[in-house]
Amino acid sequence: MMPWFTVSGLLLISYGAVVGLFYAPPDYQQGDAFRIIYVHVPAAYLSMMAYSIMAVSAGIGLIWRMKLAHAVAAGAAPIGAWFTFLALATGSIWGRPMWGTWWEWGDPRLTSELIMLFLYFGYMSLRASIDETSKADKASAVLILVGAVNVPIIHFSVEWWSSLHQGPTLIRKGGPAIDTAMLYPLLAMILGFTLFFAALLLARVRTEVLHRERRSRWVRNLVLGESA
Amino acid sequence: MAADNPTLGQGLAAVVKRDLLLAFKRPGDILNPLFFFAMVSTLFPLAIGPGGDQLQILGPSVIWVAALLSSLLSLHSLYLSDLEDGSLDQLILSPQPLPLICLGKTVAHWLVSGLPLVLVSPLIAITYQMPVETIGVMVVTLTLGTMSLSLLGSIGAALTVGLNRGSALLSMIVLPLAMPVLIFGARTVALAAADDVVSAGVYFLAAYCMLALSFSPFAAAAALKISNE
Repeated sequence: MMPWFTVSGLLLISYGAVVGLFYAPPDYQQGDAFRIIYVHVPAAYLSMMAYSIMAVSAGIGLIWRMKLAHAVAAGAAPIGAWFTFLALATGSIWGRPMWGTWWEWGDPRLTSELIMLFLYFGYMSLRASIDETSKADKASAVLILVGAVNVPIIHFSVEWWSSLHQGPTLIRKGGPAIDTAMLYPLLAMILGFTLFFAALLLARVRTEVLHRERRSRWVRNLVLGESA
Repeated sequence: MAADNPTLGQGLAAVVKRDLLLAFKRPGDILNPLFFFAMVSTLFPLAIGPGGDQLQILGPSVIWVAALLSSLLSLHSLYLSDLEDGSLDQLILSPQPLPLICLGKTVAHWLVSGLPLVLVSPLIAITYQMPVETIGVMVVTLTLGTMSLSLLGSIGAALTVGLNRGSALLSMIVLPLAMPVLIFGARTVALAAADDVVSAGVYFLAAYCMLALSFSPFAAAAALKISNE
């Protein structure tokens, strides 16, 4: 599955990037600066998606005691943290010309996204400080579930509170409020990022599983067989 | 069930009583966070310098941050001493449900670390020249806020109990979860100082506290079982 995800993801990203950056018409208000949307929106969406995946697999791991689910949660964390950082960084770069500020402390969406970054950090450092794998799995799963409260807060923050950040554009009543010439590259970017994320996640989970089972016979056979 | 088994209420009361008794045997544990709170609150006026109304504006935020940090200070030992002397195993094995025991320990923790902060905060607020009406709002929000912090911290303490780097890790885990409390707490007091509507913030803090109250004992109990297996 991994090569498929990688190839199709990269194809979609390159289509989205080329069309989005060169062919889509400039925004009537923001000019060319709006084009950062093609990185910002997919990254922000995936930062929440990765957290949701972690929360669901942490729940599965705790309830049905599936080791693979814990491996998925562990694998998704660093990727999710990177996407969160990317979303914050691109948003900040975008905010500078548009809002006139790099960062606005009073803004609920910015703050809740930043809190999510800290939650990712807390999760990863908790994992790193427990030596016993099964214990680390369960303890960090509890933490991730407690922190999951934050995801809906981020998602609805622009509707609940007044915010500098604009309201939802894509998923809303009455269809997307964006011109199709801009919309299609954006959708391609979102899908491409998602596939890329899936490929990364699979690679990480594979490494994680191999690392966990490093003392078992099938791993030894696999590694020795390949190297022989 | 045997007739002489204690009820849930009795079990809760026994845990609270035991922890309070233990805390009063070591008054340093109660006083240290309190002194820390007072010191941090003194540092800010010294750093800002005398005169001006900066202190009046910054006051609520400073008190809130100081309260947050000093309640973190005592969290680390919430389950640690019980782990060290083995009574944690007894508590987990006891016929009383573990979430109840966690709740009892958290209540005791709030009584010895949260409540003193709330009681001392008006004194500090007066030295910050905060208006008297604002102090009332601050006491209410701090009460709700420190309760939420104790409840959240109980989860974090249960997760990190017995870990070497537990103390720093605990802050990393608890602080992001505590940020909403800080935002709404400090904002509400600031709004009160500006004669604005405060009910929304107070309601939010109360709701957050209730939510933490209903989930935290169960999460802490699950975490304790994991850390102690």
